[in-house]
Amino acid sequence: MTNDSEEKQPPRPAEAEKSAGTPAAPSASPFAPGGTPSSEAPAKPVAPSAAAAAIPPKPGAPAKPPGPPPPPKEAPPKPAPLDNDLVRRYKTRFSGAIQEALLDRRQAILVIAADRLLEIARYSRDEEDFNLLVDLTAVDWPKREKRFDLVLNLYSFPKNERLRIKALVAENEPVPSVESVWPTANWLEREAFDMFGIVFEGHSNLKRLLLPEEWQGYPLRKDYDILQQDEAWVRENLGIDSGQ
Amino acid sequence: MAERYKTAGTNVETTVLGADEIILNMGPQHPSTHGVLRVKLRLDGEKVVGSECVIGYLHRGVEKIAEHRNYQQFAPYVDRMDYVAAVSNGLGYCEAVEKLLGVEAPPRARVIRTILTELQRIASHLFWLGTHALDIGALTPLFYCLREREEILKIFEKYCGARLTTHAFRIGGMQYEAYDELEKDVERFCKDFDKRVDEYEALLTENRIWVGRTKGIGVLTADAAIAMGVTGPVLRASGVQWDIRKAMPYAAYDQYEFSIPTGKSGDTYDRYLVRLEEMRQSRKICLQAIEKIPAGPILGKVGKVLKPPPGEIYHSIEGPKGELGYYIVSDGTTQPYRVRIRPPSLMNLEALDQMIRGHLVADVVAVIGTLDIVLGEVDR
Repeated sequence: MTNDSEEKQPPRPAEAEKSAGTPAAPSASPFAPGGTPSSEAPAKPVAPSAAAAAIPPKPGAPAKPPGPPPPPKEAPPKPAPLDNDLVRRYKTRFSGAIQEALLDRRQAILVIAADRLLEIARYSRDEEDFNLLVDLTAVDWPKREKRFDLVLNLYSFPKNERLRIKALVAENEPVPSVESVWPTANWLEREAFDMFGIVFEGHSNLKRLLLPEEWQGYPLRKDYDILQQDEAWVRENLGIDSGQ
Repeated sequence: MAERYKTAGTNVETTVLGADEIILNMGPQHPSTHGVLRVKLRLDGEKVVGSECVIGYLHRGVEKIAEHRNYQQFAPYVDRMDYVAAVSNGLGYCEAVEKLLGVEAPPRARVIRTILTELQRIASHLFWLGTHALDIGALTPLFYCLREREEILKIFEKYCGARLTTHAFRIGGMQYEAYDELEKDVERFCKDFDKRVDEYEALLTENRIWVGRTKGIGVLTADAAIAMGVTGPVLRASGVQWDIRKAMPYAAYDQYEFSIPTGKSGDTYDRYLVRLEEMRQSRKICLQAIEKIPAGPILGKVGKVLKPPPGEIYHSIEGPKGELGYYIVSDGTTQPYRVRIRPPSLMNLEALDQMIRGHLVADVVAVIGTLDIVLGEVDR
């Protein structure tokens, strides 16, 4: 983390800077050395609800240096609202709980209310045949009111289809565990707890998976500061100020 | 006392030997745990009545590192997760970023990628077979397997200079053109590889000790495997004929003919047979692919500064161990906002507890071997 400054990407040519357009306009600052660069990154434009509506023009998003040939002709991929049979079935069944349905790069995403996750998970497995929980993870957007995206990637063997379920979760807001639906969620939820501090209610053994149990903080949060922890450790155990 | 154990497993019979339950620690330095896996076994005599895996000894925070590198800089890191199948890791990552960008690698790059990835699958399976057999007490296969694996590593070395952590591909295609003799080398390897697999089979398939140690050990039914999120050869050995190369083809797999071997009983022996057959199928794919490698560029039109439009992608490939997935979120800058890696080994290892209950301590070694885990990938 500390050596960010020397591992930065090469300086971008003026054109690329210009063509990056409005959404990435403050991009000069996120890459300032040190600190927590990514937490400064423009979290706003990507918030799923805003993504489709807020930035329709998309001016030359894949910015390129002047040399190489121009970007492919087709428009750059972006999330768009989705309305197909699957989404309609979910919507009739859980009217209010399905907050949004998106299609991003040909992948279906359902944004749901976190408190009804267990119900929707059970329905997905039993009625919609999404019998494999491929992955469960989270994404941290610290500037949002509900800072975490809890992301479940599902796969259906009978339909050969994938579905991504997302639930917005606030810090310290307990989420129902889906372990009873897909037993594999046991470790995956432990990892999400370990890395993000998301608490899963009804989990059989919610403790850290990869990090030691006495570890402080949740490393994959954007505001996690390893340096602070390191300094605290040095002060406590060696009784000196850390030289970092 | 017998009542106490009924809750532990599914239909596991547990004999009460009059001894108290003991906790046995296995690893993290145990040679047969394939790295730094620690298993806390709860034993009744020599029977396993429960277990708990302690992992994370090799945790390097790969996902966090990704948030502080740009897209190209992160590519070499993925090689260091499943370090016996680095080429596959690289393929998954590069394709995921390509999808995020909305670009595609040129046909020539895709075919060469397929060849190298299939060779890597063979190499990974060979390494698995050698070490797995060694764990169970068969010393010879290790030498045979490593001999063939060496040939593959030599091809990698000739191609890109590296043998293990190859960083063979780039986002948008490949950096290096295939060397002149690639087809010949691959053909030479494939030519007699079929006979080599027969040799391994001659050593093991009907070997009484091997059969005794693997048949009926670590049985995983299809339903249990799906519930536990198990993928790859382990899932196929349980009878689920599912392979991402067929289900959702990537690279150039849609152009080649191959079959998906499956097992019936989902035990260690079936997983052995499935992987051996997979090596034969991979050889078949390689032979078809070298027949005609299309001409043309090897690197697609991607810029030097990659700025994927905001959004996200989940892309997965059929790695040697199972479904290797990348979930990448872009916020429109040059660095990924979040990279989540779905390691097949992690979910496969999660099923360990279920598979070893009721078996003996010696079988734990066999089951860990048959899961083909790599701790670099489990811990990331």
